[in-house]
Amino acid sequence: MGIIDKLNKDFESRVRLGIMSILMVNEWIDFTEMKTLLNITDGNLASHSTALEKAEYIEVKKEFVGKKPKTSYKVTDRGRAAFKEHVNSLEKLMKSK
Amino acid sequence: MNQKHQEDLSHIRSMMERSSRFISLSGLSGVFAGLSALIGGLYVYQLFKINGINYLDGEHILLDGNLVSELISSGLIILISAFVFGIFFTIRKSRKYNLPIWTTATKKMLFNLAVPLAIGGIFCLALIYHKIFILVAPTTLIFYGLALINAEKYTFSDVKYLGFCQLVLGCISLFFIGYGLIFWIIGFGILHILYGLIMFKKYK
Repeated sequence: MGIIDKLNKDFESRVRLGIMSILMVNEWIDFTEMKTLLNITDGNLASHSTALEKAEYIEVKKEFVGKKPKTSYKVTDRGRAAFKEHVNSLEKLMKSK
Repeated sequence: MNQKHQEDLSHIRSMMERSSRFISLSGLSGVFAGLSALIGGLYVYQLFKINGINYLDGEHILLDGNLVSELISSGLIILISAFVFGIFFTIRKSRKYNLPIWTTATKKMLFNLAVPLAIGGIFCLALIYHKIFILVAPTTLIFYGLALINAEKYTFSDVKYLGFCQLVLGCISLFFIGYGLIFWIIGFGILHILYGLIMFKKYK
């Protein structure tokens, strides 16, 4: 199996890479902050975060602050390991060429 | 393909940086904070002169209550103007580069900065209360230096060099009691201006 095949398909999109990068260096990040950091729309963030949640790479917490609903994200152990491996493969690819 | 991987990696790096550090602080904030301190310091020097004290003589241990309250209010005005300039240039820079300001990183940075500063402030109030005025300048420099080093992990890491310089200056000034104002002007005035100019050039 070549290194290219090792690249995780779940991380192909820039948005997903961004979500994972932010969660690697922060604990809980809420929806609004994630959206402004990535500079994307609500819908865009919602669809990509759902995909990452389905893959069990991130944990999603929904709660109420006063009357407003608040969604926050956190990376799971599984997500952390998968992302690290993805970055390692990317780095290896860069070196081999 | 190679190009895309390269871009992916730099995207990852920039997202990590952007989300974990407060990077909207403009070098100009430092320059203007320094200028406020410099002008304030010179004003205080004049204030001494008007009250018949030549600061550089080194013989001015007895201060009357009026002068002390005037000194404290000048200090507060300097602090407020430095703070206002800081906020102004931060907002300007974040608008220009489209960076979010009120993030988790910003809150963490402010908290880490505020704890040593608040304790330093209380310490100085106690010194003033006990009329140990000569230790106020070294104390502000030392606690400010510690605050900067503490906040460094949530903002530009260069801030720690400014912190170390303030610490060294504060420690030296402990041994040159009576020249606090001079050290204070060097630390809060000149070092801030130098730091601000270096940062402004580096991260323009």
